[in-house]
Amino acid sequence: MHSFRFSAEPLPPEAEAARASVRAFLDAERAAGHFVPHRTSWTTFDAAFSRRAGAAGLIGLTLPEAYGGHGRSGLVRFVVTEEMLAAGAPCGAHWIADRQSGPQIHRHGTEAAKRAILPRICRGECAFGIGMSEPNSGSDLAAVRTRAVRDGDGWVINGSKIWTTNAHQVDYLLALVRTGEPGPDRHGGLTQFIVDMAAPGVTVRPILDLSGHHEFNEVFFTDYRVADAMRVGAEGAGWGLVTEELAFERSGPDRFLSDYRLLVELVDRIGPEPDRFQAVETGRMVAQLTALLGMSASVARLLDQGVVPGVEAALVKDVGNGFERAVPEIARRLVPVEPSLTAQGDAFREALGGVTLRAPSFTLRGGTREVLRGVIARGLGLR
Amino acid sequence: MDHAAEAGDPVDGIVLDQVERLLAQHLTPALLAACDGAAGATARAADLWPADLWTALAESGLPLALVPEAEGGIGLAATTAARLIRRCGRAALPLPLPETVAGAALWAATGGQVAEDALSLVPGGGPVRIAPHAEGFVLDGRVAQVPWGGSVAALLLDAVDAAGIPHLVRIAAPGTLRDTHHNLAGEPRDTLDLTGCIVPAADVRAAPGWAAGAGAPSVESVGAWVRAQQMVGALETCLGSALAHAQERQQFGRPLAKFQAIQHMLAEAAGHVAAATAAADLAAACWGDPRFVLATAIAKARCGEAAGHVAAIGHQIHGAMGFTQEHPLHRATRRLWSWRDEFGSDALWQERIGRAVCAGGGAALWPMLVRLRGGAG
Repeated sequence: MHSFRFSAEPLPPEAEAARASVRAFLDAERAAGHFVPHRTSWTTFDAAFSRRAGAAGLIGLTLPEAYGGHGRSGLVRFVVTEEMLAAGAPCGAHWIADRQSGPQIHRHGTEAAKRAILPRICRGECAFGIGMSEPNSGSDLAAVRTRAVRDGDGWVINGSKIWTTNAHQVDYLLALVRTGEPGPDRHGGLTQFIVDMAAPGVTVRPILDLSGHHEFNEVFFTDYRVADAMRVGAEGAGWGLVTEELAFERSGPDRFLSDYRLLVELVDRIGPEPDRFQAVETGRMVAQLTALLGMSASVARLLDQGVVPGVEAALVKDVGNGFERAVPEIARRLVPVEPSLTAQGDAFREALGGVTLRAPSFTLRGGTREVLRGVIARGLGLR
Repeated sequence: MDHAAEAGDPVDGIVLDQVERLLAQHLTPALLAACDGAAGATARAADLWPADLWTALAESGLPLALVPEAEGGIGLAATTAARLIRRCGRAALPLPLPETVAGAALWAATGGQVAEDALSLVPGGGPVRIAPHAEGFVLDGRVAQVPWGGSVAALLLDAVDAAGIPHLVRIAAPGTLRDTHHNLAGEPRDTLDLTGCIVPAADVRAAPGWAAGAGAPSVESVGAWVRAQQMVGALETCLGSALAHAQERQQFGRPLAKFQAIQHMLAEAAGHVAAATAAADLAAACWGDPRFVLATAIAKARCGEAAGHVAAIGHQIHGAMGFTQEHPLHRATRRLWSWRDEFGSDALWQERIGRAVCAGGGAALWPMLVRLRGGAG
């Protein structure tokens, strides 16, 4: 009989205690008009917001104080994360650094890299991008072709990365590149480097998304030189590192709360007296969301205990992506409006328009749904 | 596998092991077939109530597993009692032990006197009315779809008085049996006429004080809680059987498990099982707590939704073999198709959740979700 390592324990008191402080920060931000919840999301890049969040002690929670962090548990960070998502806060200038790049550098980076970069991340002053995908690689990371070649006390990188969120605004990429032969399992010869986007040899080409928004980019490296101190993890150890990183990337509440503000606007638009169809479908979404919140908190607990729950994390992403992709489809059936990005003053129409155009990415980013199902199948012993 | 060792309290582990042993010993394929009305079962009517098995379960004290020790029970944690009920669901136990465990604990929580006899829960539906009578109260109403209503020693039901105030009522002797139906799994679901039944005043009680007003637990919500936990067990059986079959069955020269389409179907089923389990875990943790009714609504809704998907995938994976009564898959799937509609379908509970959420407005939703998980909303 198969069962998963989920549990229904509540979050510990220290995590729940953090909720009040993050809510106070978010209330003040909203009151000051710093963001409009239904128009912003966790990928919205707002450097000023991230600096204020850093000053409020809400970034780098799990990193040690020696590097500017707060030495708190992953569950405290989980609470801060879900409150940011529920509020629709514009976290794009610190999200990736806080979620995965900072922790990766802390675990596997050199002392020089940790001292140079982690305190800036914790202050909300240093944004990261993910340099995994390449043109023609898609979800198949073993197909990475961008190559780093040793050159004295550093490396020279040539190649390109794609779908890099906010590459035109971030300070660094954590890039997965080829330094050796793939080997029989195709997982060898990959290494991660911290790439300074301001250094010579890096150029960025914008790629507009369906809404015309500039979030994605293609990044080109032309004889880009990086010091060996900016290598993260051992040479050739990249596959294991990105696998570990993906457990963090896949299990968080960002995998099912991307369109939470649409659900809020929907409930308000329906009003206090729903018809039966509206009530049933709203209740169905809330039941699904509650289960996901329980699953995600469970995975956060496992990660905090040092377990890397690959299958459970993949299940959260697969079930979660299914939920977040369904919300706009259900919403449009419950309230007869035409979605629009420019329906000034009609928060529901704007939220529906924005989410409809973003939704196809939900089941792509962080590993496509089909790849995730392969990961789950392996965990079930089928492969 | 939720090994008994995972239960924190050693007594909890002993009880779960005991249940496992009793079920393994008594639930023979012949008994299950007879109770399910499966092909070849001849003595069906006589075997609908497997008396020896009930006696063995009762002698272990299991009917009062969730009743506190001070009141004569075993005093299991509700999360452990939920596991006990999942094991009954996993094994397709054809007896109302789950109803008795939860019903006795609910009744004890109202201050009522409990007994180890088999107890059933009356689903919601038409209201049963109560009026004062010289010997206590007199009932008026007919109840339908009562699990094993004609066989159990007592029923628990929701009733209202002339002022419309809800009460919980225990009837020690069942009313007149009008009709016996069976659910899709062959489990008896009876219609009883309670009109004129007289119950002593001590057997009419207010709901326990878990939450005031609309949040108070009813017999209907406790029945939904039981069915959600049973469904988790049946979902595990269905998924486990599909996984095993996919690995054993060869087609086109390789195991089914090696086909990507099969892997994706099983991954999707696993997602439903994981989500249903998470919702049922939450409801288990909320027994006796102000969140009970909402958490139970969510669990019944999510498990009911999972039931249809997982049963469909289970059958598709098993092919024509699984469509026969010779294969045990139907013990899980026929129960999933029955249990998802008993004590309120997923749509009914979804509607109630949706009405509560809409009444609260969008801003109240997030604090509600946080409180449900045990945080300070």
